[in-house]
Amino acid sequence: MSIRAVPDGSDHAVIELRRVVKTYVMGDVEVHALRGVSIRVERGDFVAIMGASGSGKSTLMNILGCLDVPTRGLFFLDGVDVRTLDEAALSKIRNRKIGFVFQSYNLVPRRTARQNVELPLLFAGLKPAERRARADAALAAVGLGDRAGHMPNEMSGGQQQRVALARAIVLSPALVLADEPTGNLDTATSNEIMLLFSRLNAGGRTIIVITHEPDIAAFAKRTIRLRDGLIVEDRRSVPVEAPPPHPDGTSTLVATGLTVS
Amino acid sequence: MRPLDALRTAWQGATSNKLRSLLTVLGVLIGVSAVIILLAVGTGSSRAVQNRINQLGTNTVTVLSRGRFGRGPATTGTQSQNASLTLQSVQAISDPNQAPDVASVSPVVSTSETATYGAASYSTSVIGTTPAYLPAEDYTVAAGSPITSSDVTNRRRVALVGQTVISNLFATGQNPLGQTIRLGSSSFEIVGVLAEKGTSGVTNQDAVVIAPYTAVQDELTGESASFNELLVQAKSTKGLNSAAAEVESILAAENDTTVANLPFSVINQGTLISTAQSTSSTFTTLLGAVAAISLLVGGIGVMNIMLVTVTERTREIGILKAVGAPRSAVLTQFLLEAVLLSLIGGGAGVIVGVIGTHFKIEGVTPVIAGYSIPLAFGIAIAVGVFFGFYPANRAASLRPIDALRYE
Repeated sequence: MSIRAVPDGSDHAVIELRRVVKTYVMGDVEVHALRGVSIRVERGDFVAIMGASGSGKSTLMNILGCLDVPTRGLFFLDGVDVRTLDEAALSKIRNRKIGFVFQSYNLVPRRTARQNVELPLLFAGLKPAERRARADAALAAVGLGDRAGHMPNEMSGGQQQRVALARAIVLSPALVLADEPTGNLDTATSNEIMLLFSRLNAGGRTIIVITHEPDIAAFAKRTIRLRDGLIVEDRRSVPVEAPPPHPDGTSTLVATGLTVS
Repeated sequence: MRPLDALRTAWQGATSNKLRSLLTVLGVLIGVSAVIILLAVGTGSSRAVQNRINQLGTNTVTVLSRGRFGRGPATTGTQSQNASLTLQSVQAISDPNQAPDVASVSPVVSTSETATYGAASYSTSVIGTTPAYLPAEDYTVAAGSPITSSDVTNRRRVALVGQTVISNLFATGQNPLGQTIRLGSSSFEIVGVLAEKGTSGVTNQDAVVIAPYTAVQDELTGESASFNELLVQAKSTKGLNSAAAEVESILAAENDTTVANLPFSVINQGTLISTAQSTSSTFTTLLGAVAAISLLVGGIGVMNIMLVTVTERTREIGILKAVGAPRSAVLTQFLLEAVLLSLIGGGAGVIVGVIGTHFKIEGVTPVIAGYSIPLAFGIAIAVGVFFGFYPANRAASLRPIDALRYE
């Protein structure tokens, strides 16, 4: 079974969840984090998953990111049934098909921005010269071409999050998965980061952002709202093929021209 | 993950907390150098013991009359109380038909006398024997000539004198050859000077005067048919045991007894060597065991630090796993880190150990045992793998969500 990137234009969805149930057992208590969630996310979509804490959105994120497996239900990631995969194959999936962006950036300390971006390439087994070229390209794409040699603690929160974003896209994954990516950032920086997501989406990347802030969700083409482990709302504001919306009402295509340095 | 990248990552990890890594390395270093130094001390002291035994004369069998030492198994009624080493026994042992493995036999009468020359005097041991004694005991004549068979037959009062006696009796630069010294009340002419031989255990082998046994019996011990000791030289080291057996059976026949009840002590130099060797190998093993324990402690240090490191870097492990590090890559990284620490400790330990063996320790000149360096180094790496595996496995088994959540 191949888990290599499937050429664009293939008919299967990036994400296909069918009646996914996740139950945690904590002592004697069963916690039903997800009670039957079905979602289909097409290639090129920009989805915001919203919900209060305890709504199951973190659980959903872990399942989508192949960090956790559903108790019941089906999950196809880029056409691959994730439940059939062993640990090594899951590592490979996380490496090639998913790019993570976390709320707390999660950069490895004592490693420069470039070295952090190179991490997924390291596990993909790329040669040093190629790693460096790709990492520098990804850093340039997030507007940090001049910060490659900096340590995480020498950068601002916004810059660190951009490094994380560069790391997420460096292997051109099928899906960029962001968990509260602006949770630690001020409004201006949040907007910059979200514009960066919009730009990546305009470039064809599939993005899922988990957030509880409507302002952030406004950047997405589609908003899914969770409550108590169930989908209570699934609203599309912009078609998949269309450019991502901009909260100001302007098109992000204009915004993409903006320099983010 | 490419091997070189894994190594580089492990190196970065190992050097991220320099003081801690240094202390861990120190633990392994001490262990490895202790193994090398202590084994070298053990080997050195066993060499020294062997050299001393070799100085006593190799391939010799010594027969001691028990009367002189008053020891041995409790005498029974059947045992001859006045058994002695006689000239008859000497002749029997020198008979190549009866004792084909014996090269020579020298009877020995020994006593202690005060040697005087002019105003100087020195208390020395006097050995009365035959010419064959000199090669059997490894004595060489540095100046003059050795005693001869005709000296023995003609009961000539001639003597070979050891270096210590010379230096105590004669002024420096004075030629002792041809001079006459007094042993007790008898005068002996010095015909030869013995080459220096050094000490054997507590015995100064240079504080000796060697003379024909006939003359010693005449002048010092009194005429007697018995000897204190017979020094038997075997034809070869291989034939030492059979020579000893031949001597025993001849003596048993002469004294109408069995080999088991022989009233003499037959000391086989070969047995002495092997006893000494087994003693010193026990000693070396003990030293090695002590050193191995310190190496083990060093290994536990590696494990301890790796456990701390894994706990400290749990979140990092989570990140690595989230970006696609397989279990094997995490395992390799932490295992390599542990092995790197013990490798560096092992390498430095070998250097320190080799330097340390250049010093005399408790009067013993250490001799590096050839096997000890690869052994200590190999054990250090094995320790790294063994004690690194548990922490590395723990890191590799972390679930990425748990690791990412870890604060």
